[in-house]
Amino acid sequence: MIALLIETRNINEASTSQGRVKDISFEMLTLAHQISQQHNYPVIALVLSNNCQPIVDEIKQYCHEIICVEDNCLENFNTQIYQPILHQIISELKPTITMIGHSGFGTDLAPYLATTLGLPLITDVFDVELNSTLLVRRQMYGGKIIAEVISKMLPAMITVRAGSFEKITASPSVNLNLSAKVTKKPFTLDQTIFEKSKFLGYGEVPTTGIDITKADVIVAIGRGIKEQKNIPLIEQFANEIGGTLACTRPIIDAGWLPKDRQVGSSGKTVKPKLYIALGISGAFQHISGMKNSETIIAVNKDPEAPIFSVAHYGVVGDVLKIMPVLANKIKELKG
Amino acid sequence: MDIFVCLKMVPDTSETEVRVDSTGKDILKVRLLYTTNEADNYALETALLLKEQFGGTVTVISVGTQSVDEILKMALAKGADKAIRLTDDLFLNGDAWTVAYALYQAISKNKFDLVLTGCIATDDGNSQIGPMLAALLQIPSAAYVTKVEIINNTKAKVNRELEGGLLEIKEISLPALFTIQTGINTPRYPSIIGIKRASSKPFEVLNATQLNIDPNKLAALTEIRQLYQPKVEAKAQFITGSDDEISTKLAELIKEKVGL
Repeated sequence: MIALLIETRNINEASTSQGRVKDISFEMLTLAHQISQQHNYPVIALVLSNNCQPIVDEIKQYCHEIICVEDNCLENFNTQIYQPILHQIISELKPTITMIGHSGFGTDLAPYLATTLGLPLITDVFDVELNSTLLVRRQMYGGKIIAEVISKMLPAMITVRAGSFEKITASPSVNLNLSAKVTKKPFTLDQTIFEKSKFLGYGEVPTTGIDITKADVIVAIGRGIKEQKNIPLIEQFANEIGGTLACTRPIIDAGWLPKDRQVGSSGKTVKPKLYIALGISGAFQHISGMKNSETIIAVNKDPEAPIFSVAHYGVVGDVLKIMPVLANKIKELKG
Repeated sequence: MDIFVCLKMVPDTSETEVRVDSTGKDILKVRLLYTTNEADNYALETALLLKEQFGGTVTVISVGTQSVDEILKMALAKGADKAIRLTDDLFLNGDAWTVAYALYQAISKNKFDLVLTGCIATDDGNSQIGPMLAALLQIPSAAYVTKVEIINNTKAKVNRELEGGLLEIKEISLPALFTIQTGINTPRYPSIIGIKRASSKPFEVLNATQLNIDPNKLAALTEIRQLYQPKVEAKAQFITGSDDEISTKLAELIKEKVGL
C-alpha cells in the first residue's frame, strides 16, 4: 500500500481556476501510481480538513481509497494537530511508503511524524525506485551532487520535491477512473494540544511597491555579485534596458535588497520576456521560480553551474568584469 | 530563558566545484573551507538576541570530531555561555536519526526553554534534525521560522515561511524547538574581548557511554548508496570570446529580444 497526504489550499486561497488540492498532491499521485502499477499496491489518499468533500471530488478518480478526517480544528494545517492524527492512521494502515510533499507544511510535519512512528525518512526526493529496498535520488550540496539513498527498512516515509513528477491530471498516459472508496476516520486528540499550539493566521511579506512578476525584463543577481557596492552598476544597467532588478535568497538575507525582489520557491515566480541571471549558480529553489521565462541569459564563472541547464544563452566568466563592458555597449547601441 | 542551539560544521561549497571521492559515498574534502552551517549561524544569533532581551543562558552543541571545536569556540566568542561536543564513532557513522538521537540524549539531561537549529544544512539539505529532535524531546516545534517573539516567558509567537512569500503565524507554548531560516537577523562577528573570554568558558566533550546511550538506538535508518555529479544538460548556447566580444554579442542579443 502507498499512502500520501493530500496537501490542500486554505479555503480563502482556493479560487475557481484552481481547486483546493495543491499541485504537489497531484504530482505525488503520479509517483504513487508508478509504484502501484509495478507492485499492484493500492493508492490511499489521506485527507484532513474541515470540509473533505470538495477535496475528495478532486482526487477520487485517482485513488483506490481515501481516508478522511473531518473536524473544524483541521481547517488550517497545524503540525501539532495533524501529527497525532496521522500517527494514529499510519500506525494502523502500515503503508509500505508514506509520501508527504516537501513543502512548507511537509518540512514542518514529516520529520516529527516519522520519528514518533519510528519510520526511516528520506526528504526532498525527486526520483523513487521500489524493489526489495526503497532507493531514492535527491540533491545535495545545493544541487551540485546527486545522492542515491536507500532506506534500511520498510515501511518508510519520503517527502517529495515539488515539480519532480507530472501532475496526474495532466498526464495523458494515465487514464484512471478509480472512484475511490471513501472512509471517514474518527480520531481522539489530547485536548492540551490546543493550548500548546495555535494557528493565528497567514501573512505576507511586506512589499515596497515593486511587483517583479509584472516585469518584462528582469536582471537578477546572486552570490557572484560579491559585495553590496557592486549593485548600483547592475541596477543602472537594468534601468538602461528597461529591466527590473531581482535577486536570489542570499542577497535578501544579506539585506542588500528588499524581500519582494526575491525570485524562487520562497519568493516570487516570474515569467518575463527576458531574464538575465548574473552570478547565480541556479539552486533548485531559484530555478523553480524563473525557468519558464521566455529567454534566459546567464553569466556565471562555474561552467557546470545548474543555471546553464535552463538558460538559453550562457557566458562562462566573471560577472563583475563583464558587466561594466556590457553596460557601455548598451549605451553605445542606444546612441 | 535557557536556550540550546545545535550547530553543524559544513564545507562551504556555495562558490566551488564539488567532486565525489574514490569511495563514491562522500565528496572530496581537500581544499574545502569548513564553517558553521549558514542557517545555524542565524539560529545562534536568534538565541543571543533572546538572551540579551530576557537573560538566561545559551548552550551550543554539536556532533563531530575535534575539528568542530572551531565553530563551537566561535559561538562562545560571540556570547554563548557553554559548549558541548558529542563525539563517538557511533555518532559519526550514522544518519540524521543518529545525530538527532545523540542530541536528544544530551539535551534532555538539562533544563531548557527553547532549542534552536538551522532550518536546513547546506551539505545534505535534509531539513530533518530539528523536528526529529523535537519529537524525541516531546515538545512542539516549528520549522523554517522567520520571526520569534517571546510572550510572558511561556509562549512564542512565530512566523513560518511557506511558499511564494506566504507566512504561517502561530503561537506555540514553551519549551519548544524552532528551526531558523536564514535572513531572520544579522549574525554578529565576535569581538576581541569575546574571543579572549571564550577560552575560559565551560566546554564539555561527551561520548555515547558518558551519555548512557544504548548503541542499538543509534543505528542509521537510511544510507547513502552512492553520490554522483549530475549531468548538466547544458541547454545554453555559450557565447565566447574576449569580454569585449562577449559584451557586443550580449548587447545585440538583448536588443533583439526586447528592443532598447
